[in-house]
Amino acid sequence: MPAVTLRVFRGDAAAGGFRDYRVETEPGMVVLDVVHRLQATQVTDLAVRWNCKAGKCGSCSAEINGVPRLLCMTRMNLFADGETITLAPLRAFPLIRDLVTDVSYNYEKAKQIAPLRLKPPEADGSYRMMQEDIDRIQEFHKCIECFLCQDVCHVIRDHDTKPVFAGPRFFIKLASLEMHPLDTRDRIDAIRREAGLGLCNITKCCTEVCPEHIHITDNGIIPLKERMVDEFFDPVVWLVRKLRGTPKAPAS
Amino acid sequence: MARDWETQEHDVIVVGAGGAGLRAAIEAAAQGVSVGLICKSLLGKAHTVMAEGGIAAALGNVWPEDNWRVHFRDTMRGGKMLNNWRMAQLHAQEAPDRVLELERWGALFDRTKDGRILQRDFGGHRYARLAHVGDRTGLEMIRTLQDHAIHQGIDVHMETTVLRLLKDGDRVCGAFAYRRDRGDFVVFRAKAVVLATGGIGKAWAITSNSWEYTGDGHSLALWAGADLIDMEFVQFHPTGMVWPPSVRGILVTEGVRGDGGTLKNNLGERFMFRYIPEYFRAETADTEAEADRWYTDKTNNRRTPDLLPRDEVARAINAEVKAGRGSPHGGVFLDICARRPADYIKKRLPSMYHQFKELADVDITKDPMEVGPTCHYVMGGVRVDADSGASTVPGLFAAGEVAGGLHGSNRLGGNSLSDLLVFGRRAGFHAALYAKDRGGQLRVEPREVESLAREALEPFSRAGGENPYAIQHELQETMQRLVGIIRTESELREAIGAIERLKERAGRVRVEGEGAYNPGWHTALDLRSLLTVAECSTLAALERRESRGGHTREDYPKADPEWGKVNVVLRRKDGGIALAREPLPDLPAEFQKLLGEPS
Repeated sequence: MPAVTLRVFRGDAAAGGFRDYRVETEPGMVVLDVVHRLQATQVTDLAVRWNCKAGKCGSCSAEINGVPRLLCMTRMNLFADGETITLAPLRAFPLIRDLVTDVSYNYEKAKQIAPLRLKPPEADGSYRMMQEDIDRIQEFHKCIECFLCQDVCHVIRDHDTKPVFAGPRFFIKLASLEMHPLDTRDRIDAIRREAGLGLCNITKCCTEVCPEHIHITDNGIIPLKERMVDEFFDPVVWLVRKLRGTPKAPAS
Repeated sequence: MARDWETQEHDVIVVGAGGAGLRAAIEAAAQGVSVGLICKSLLGKAHTVMAEGGIAAALGNVWPEDNWRVHFRDTMRGGKMLNNWRMAQLHAQEAPDRVLELERWGALFDRTKDGRILQRDFGGHRYARLAHVGDRTGLEMIRTLQDHAIHQGIDVHMETTVLRLLKDGDRVCGAFAYRRDRGDFVVFRAKAVVLATGGIGKAWAITSNSWEYTGDGHSLALWAGADLIDMEFVQFHPTGMVWPPSVRGILVTEGVRGDGGTLKNNLGERFMFRYIPEYFRAETADTEAEADRWYTDKTNNRRTPDLLPRDEVARAINAEVKAGRGSPHGGVFLDICARRPADYIKKRLPSMYHQFKELADVDITKDPMEVGPTCHYVMGGVRVDADSGASTVPGLFAAGEVAGGLHGSNRLGGNSLSDLLVFGRRAGFHAALYAKDRGGQLRVEPREVESLAREALEPFSRAGGENPYAIQHELQETMQRLVGIIRTESELREAIGAIERLKERAGRVRVEGEGAYNPGWHTALDLRSLLTVAECSTLAALERRESRGGHTREDYPKADPEWGKVNVVLRRKDGGIALAREPLPDLPAEFQKLLGEPS
């Protein structure tokens, strides 16, 4: 394959801009291979975050021609001959340098989620779970924490909502706990108040960019919204709760 | 650039945040000491995330006949008896509890029909033994540990690389590190240090290992005066991707064979039947008919040779390719679509389906995969006390891949994730006890730190100089060519010379730019540990004049009973590395009997 033009963002929070580089390519390459070749031969200090180069760790997230993607799972044959490939850092997070951003917001949100509170075991001391009861949660557990869904979510990207909004990655995290057969917490109040689920208006952008093809919106967010509506806005449930009190332990 | 540093203080620091490091940190925190967890990458991205097949633990959910004694026996035989028997015992005994503990922390393993943890077949394990989640078990494990750890009051230092351990007299008193995002230095003061840094696979060109695997912990331990053992034993996993070139080495899980995949050469032959070693003959099917029956009737048939231990299968594939019976891109074929329907493959092996579809344009539900050996794991590592994970240096502990002994000369698939949990917990526990028992003020010598900082910054100020990526690349090519699956004295000597020359060139490395998130500088710093482990592995390979497990010598093709009694030990001496042969711990008579039983 011929050389390609990579238009790469270079710079830090203070100053920066795009620069063009010509890089030789070979058949079968992914974008991360081309970035590595650029690094090894022309720009040794080009900052890029990566680990496994196999689509399993979710480190090499960036915006390729404006679309949030993993650099290691984007094949070069996706692009037309002669097409300039633009590489930019994730826009929703503060820039560290070049293609690397500070994603600590996500780690702070993770910490705010109350851990599993285990129900008592069976009489023999073990726990039993049926496969069909965990199929959906196992889908959420496929998440590699690439944070592409967080990056593309306009609630995070275009509005200053980070303090009050957990984002799609943590909605499926919350969904996986809320639907976990062994968890005893009632998380709906926390999902509404602390995670800000109500701010999501289901544009499905998160689902579209998920490299694991998790149905974030349909299988995670919408069922959570339904549970929230049932618990807080259903007059019958409201009345029952008023009369009986809240049976489950609160989330935090 | 600033030569000053910040100071962090913890009772225990854990270097590395994969399965072993996270489990160690959780256990140390549970003992009430302050814990710092240092990750070279972001939290949750460590190499454990890439583990696919499962966690070996004799839960007995699928085969009630299974128990820790059978697991112990399989592990020792898989390692050709070079294992530390006490580690193999503790590992087999405690693995089931560690798996059940993960479940209580939220992990969701695939289930049996009656709602218990399902177990799958893997190479060298007599019974289906691996708790798993499809083919992404490592992800489930690291995320479960991570989500548990963040609520235990552990201080996490992400994207921080330890460059040197600090000592006060004989005792370890902390670590000197740098933060990647700012390029600043940090001194971690600690009463005990747990190394959980993983392996050394980045010293080879074709590897399943991620960028972090540059032998940091092995080198830190050696430089601090600790012993390393078994460094000649490097596992080449039989099945890595071979095409396209840019993905060469990416792992193809042994679960493919555990779930019904078979290996074939370009004549369509199931060649593994020609490579059954005497050692495993009694328990391995010798006809295709018997092997085929084994998939449905495991009681009355012996297992397929496709599931021999990894060292055996890797050598067989290597031999087939050399004999001209390989696949178009220099591997062999791995076929699961002939035996299993598409739905089954997608459910059991979703990552493999995804990986081949997206990276190689191959639909594994319709066509066979092309696979070949890839550098995967180092059996050798820091010599530790079996029960506590204590190294030979006071205050320094090690667990997981960076520790040696458990796996002997070859590790069975699935025994790594269980190793991380069992010995991560033990090392964290004993490091915390050590920190509590041995109080007192430890002294960090500022002049030493100053000199380490100056040394780390040298590459920025050298005139002219070498490109760090070029040296790394040449080292990888050298190790691949000369210290690969099949070794011989002349090539190993050639490798020693080449490594020596690369070490000289690494001393002249120059890097551009500033300190903040500078991969060129990072590569230059990593070169020191990468060259150290390459040298250790090559020296030990030259020393061991026999073939055993993950070490095959063309010039000494047989296992030698005398060599079966000793470890090759490496330690620092007069600025260089000294070699010694030291006897294995004595195997108690009760275990000898257990291992002598016919299968």
